[in-house]
Amino acid sequence: MTVMTSQEILVKYLLRLADTTLILGHRLSEWCGHGPVLEQDIAMTNIALDLIGEARNYYQYAAKVENKNNSEDDLAYMRDPMDYYNILLVEQPNGDFAHTIARQYFFDVFHYLLLEELQQSKDKQLSAIAEKSIKEVTYHKKWSGEWILRLGDGTEMSHNKMQEAIIDLWNFTGEMFLMDQVDELLVKEKKGVDVAKLQSSWLSTIKAQITEATLSLPETSWVQKGGKQGIHSEHLGFILTDLQYMQRTYPGQTW
Amino acid sequence: MKNWPLWEVFIRSKQGLNHIHAGSLHAADAEMAIENARDVYTRRNEGISIWVVESKYVTASNPDDQGAFFDPANSKVYRHPTFYELPIELKHM
Repeated sequence: MTVMTSQEILVKYLLRLADTTLILGHRLSEWCGHGPVLEQDIAMTNIALDLIGEARNYYQYAAKVENKNNSEDDLAYMRDPMDYYNILLVEQPNGDFAHTIARQYFFDVFHYLLLEELQQSKDKQLSAIAEKSIKEVTYHKKWSGEWILRLGDGTEMSHNKMQEAIIDLWNFTGEMFLMDQVDELLVKEKKGVDVAKLQSSWLSTIKAQITEATLSLPETSWVQKGGKQGIHSEHLGFILTDLQYMQRTYPGQTW
Repeated sequence: MKNWPLWEVFIRSKQGLNHIHAGSLHAADAEMAIENARDVYTRRNEGISIWVVESKYVTASNPDDQGAFFDPANSKVYRHPTFYELPIELKHM
């Protein structure tokens, strides 16, 4: 790894948070107009907008720290997949409603724990963003958690679909708790979160809910990783093609 | 999801005001109805409190009775408290 300045490290840390929330927000927004019922269609787009709003805060801050004359839009619309640092879980396809719920619930519980810690950050801007977002995420977690219960403890078909989604996405959850040099340096500066320490609390919350929903967690501990370092699954390229089309085709275009 | 019942949603916009009918929506049960109402009817800061009631529990007056029910109130001007002289000190009536 080349030596990074502390400024570059903070930017990378911010981009990881920004990209993760942006990509999940974008994924959820793909449900717009296709939700299983109108009310849930709106629920998902609300959550999508919360996540994209949170992403904007990180991008704006990253652009400021980076100090290279990039705007939040340049950061979101002009970077290629290998320069995106979101975790792999959030770029996984929506699949059926159960897959969307599993992905969301796994992330929401993590997201909540992360923001809880990030509120304590010595970086005032980061702690302010966390404080603002945690209210929204409290609702996200409640929403996806209830769907886990309803689908898991619902009909035989909904139970099977929910169980399958949990199995399919499980290997992507471990990456949330992996630390690397960037994380460690920010933890040392008391600005970042030691995500490895969140894992046991995450697991016990998830386990309780999954068990109550008459579902079970896979035994495997294999972790699919790479997103935080810019190594992605095949899906991210397609997402960015959609997401960045307008700015790539008409650079600088505004409403 | 096709057979989710219909719910009527009432929103109180701020402390001290009444809950006012905002619309209706589908939900599997009361808890989901409250959350759906939150997502559908309070996205633009419309409320601080939500009531939901399953639509089947609302009894409505019969439109055919409209004449008998409501027309007689038309010509009862004396039912409006407009014949009182208000003291000058009363400013907000």
